[in-house]
Amino acid sequence: MAELNILEAIRLAMDEEMERDPDVMLLGEDVGRKGGVFGATEGLWAKYGDKRVLDTPLSEALIAGAAMGAAMYGLRPVAEMQFADFVYPAFNQIVSEISRLRYRSNNSFGLPIVIRMPYGGGVHGALYHSQSNETYFTSTVGLKVVAPGTPADAKGLLKASIRDPDPVMFFEHKKVYRLFRADVPDGDHVVPIGRADVARPGKHLSIFCYGYMRICALEAAEMLAREDGLEAEVVDLRTLRPLDTETLLASVARTGRALVVHEANRFGGFGAEVAATIAEAGFESLDAPVTRLAGPEVPGVPYHHNLEDWFMLNPAKIVEAARSLAAY
Amino acid sequence: MAELDPASALGHRELGLTDEDVLSMYGHMLLARAVDERMWLMQRAGKIPFIISGQGHEAAQVGTTWPMRRNQDWMAPYYRSIASAITFGMSAEDIITAHLAKGDDVSSGGRQMPGHYGAARNNIVSVSSPVGTQVLHAVGLAMGAWVRGDDMVAITSFGEGTSNQGEIHEGMNFAGVHKLPVIFVCENNGWAISVPLERQVGGLSVAARAEGYGFPGVTVDGGDPLACYAVARAAHQRAQRGDGPTLIEARVVRLTSHSSDDDQRRYRDPAEVEELKEHDPIPFFSNRLRAAGLLTDEADAALRAEIKTEINEAQAQAEARPDPDAATAHRWVYAEGAD
Repeated sequence: MAELNILEAIRLAMDEEMERDPDVMLLGEDVGRKGGVFGATEGLWAKYGDKRVLDTPLSEALIAGAAMGAAMYGLRPVAEMQFADFVYPAFNQIVSEISRLRYRSNNSFGLPIVIRMPYGGGVHGALYHSQSNETYFTSTVGLKVVAPGTPADAKGLLKASIRDPDPVMFFEHKKVYRLFRADVPDGDHVVPIGRADVARPGKHLSIFCYGYMRICALEAAEMLAREDGLEAEVVDLRTLRPLDTETLLASVARTGRALVVHEANRFGGFGAEVAATIAEAGFESLDAPVTRLAGPEVPGVPYHHNLEDWFMLNPAKIVEAARSLAAY
Repeated sequence: MAELDPASALGHRELGLTDEDVLSMYGHMLLARAVDERMWLMQRAGKIPFIISGQGHEAAQVGTTWPMRRNQDWMAPYYRSIASAITFGMSAEDIITAHLAKGDDVSSGGRQMPGHYGAARNNIVSVSSPVGTQVLHAVGLAMGAWVRGDDMVAITSFGEGTSNQGEIHEGMNFAGVHKLPVIFVCENNGWAISVPLERQVGGLSVAARAEGYGFPGVTVDGGDPLACYAVARAAHQRAQRGDGPTLIEARVVRLTSHSSDDDQRRYRDPAEVEELKEHDPIPFFSNRLRAAGLLTDEADAALRAEIKTEINEAQAQAEARPDPDAATAHRWVYAEGAD
């Protein structure tokens, strides 16, 4: 066991996979000599050279499209979008090409690509360095979407993503990169894609979350237990697509109440999919309407801390939503 | 008395091509045209709902593809690339089967509309519909070979309309930065559906853009397969040497409307459309081969008859193939087990 933060766990996963498999390569803006703007690839350029850790021009479509070409050639590219906010020039490549190639070629081609994207607010990044845009990708058939919330999951899920035969969008919340350290199993620690994690068992309500919201939800659960005697079950979805509906429904069956929490805006957000899944397949378990707590309906996270604090979810907001749900 | 040998005037021997090679190039052009014409007939007969044609592009496609090594090099083609695909190893039957969307169609198993070729077994990337995306795939293939240190050259083709997409710029710039082994072929037929070159390309030259990316841009007569071969061969050698990409702008004619859903008489001068036939690369090359003493009327007729038989058989085989089964339509969104 090593005590690592999420950023270190991500770096370690890439390092181990590059060591294990010479076809794994990294590409992106500033991932080489600098080691990434957040430091995720620090040290890897010196270790693996400037072809396998490749600095690209500021060309996101190129990053995704070249990753696709290299994957067809037999490599396993791990591409970094510097911020999830800047992925849109690559949207055509990801949505029109990468997600569809296996299907449109009737399985003649497959694309083992990981696209890593730092996402999320709370870092004074304003409208263009704070976005939680996972829904564009969770609604795209052919992609897998992963969003870890612990160092161990970050390492294990990234390793699983790199080994996966299909494209994975890997969302890394910037605010938790260095927020805390926790035990990460040594060696070949692989967390399978598509399995949620019951982060804290409970009986009065279920809180479904992912990424940074796992940390907020766990804090909220502590407060609820301490102040209200409410035992909230915290379910970290970890993988958004494919969604672990089994774990999700089993939790609702235990608690009868579901609160879905995400930083992305509410309308048409991922919570709607979770809510619909529960409504369709877990209706008999419910003692209260499925409730969503999500980012506000504004186009982005505003800059000034007064405004950003208003935007961001936090444990107190989750506690409040959980109390209302429990009181229904 | 070599100066009296009319074949030497063709200049193919200086390019390292034998008499058999140039006749084979001609045969590929004829085959591509025959497939293309047959598909129009099938479209008119209601057997195929849609066709997008490569007529007029055959010399450029056969010429630029000819230096590429089958099963070693890679190709990222576009929707007009019938002759390129055939030159790189797809058969007439593969192309017709794809247009009939049969269940065992090598391109997509009937999932993609006509004109969307691809064959993993031939190192041909599957074509999609958003134009220009394939250029980045060729760059990525070249990047893969460069990372591994392999001897591989990627070629990609696109129209001059597509040359205005931002992805073309991103791909060419990156290929220029790292001197990647890739050949960019712009088949400039002067028309992006209904919009003429002067409304599409500032400066009127796609090839001229290459200078800004740090590699050569060459304009070539796309009606002359040997001229196209010469520049593509040089580009291939350059890529193999590690000197980087080349942008070839082949000036071609679009003999047909954009597609079977278009009618170019609505936006092109009828006299111009009529005059296009004079630039048809097939009679051009045929006449040159005759002048060089490499082709007789009898040999030409025999070749065309042979191709017609091949196309008839290809169509019959393709039509006999099974249609796709709707029960398989959900498959291969993701990898399935150990299949």
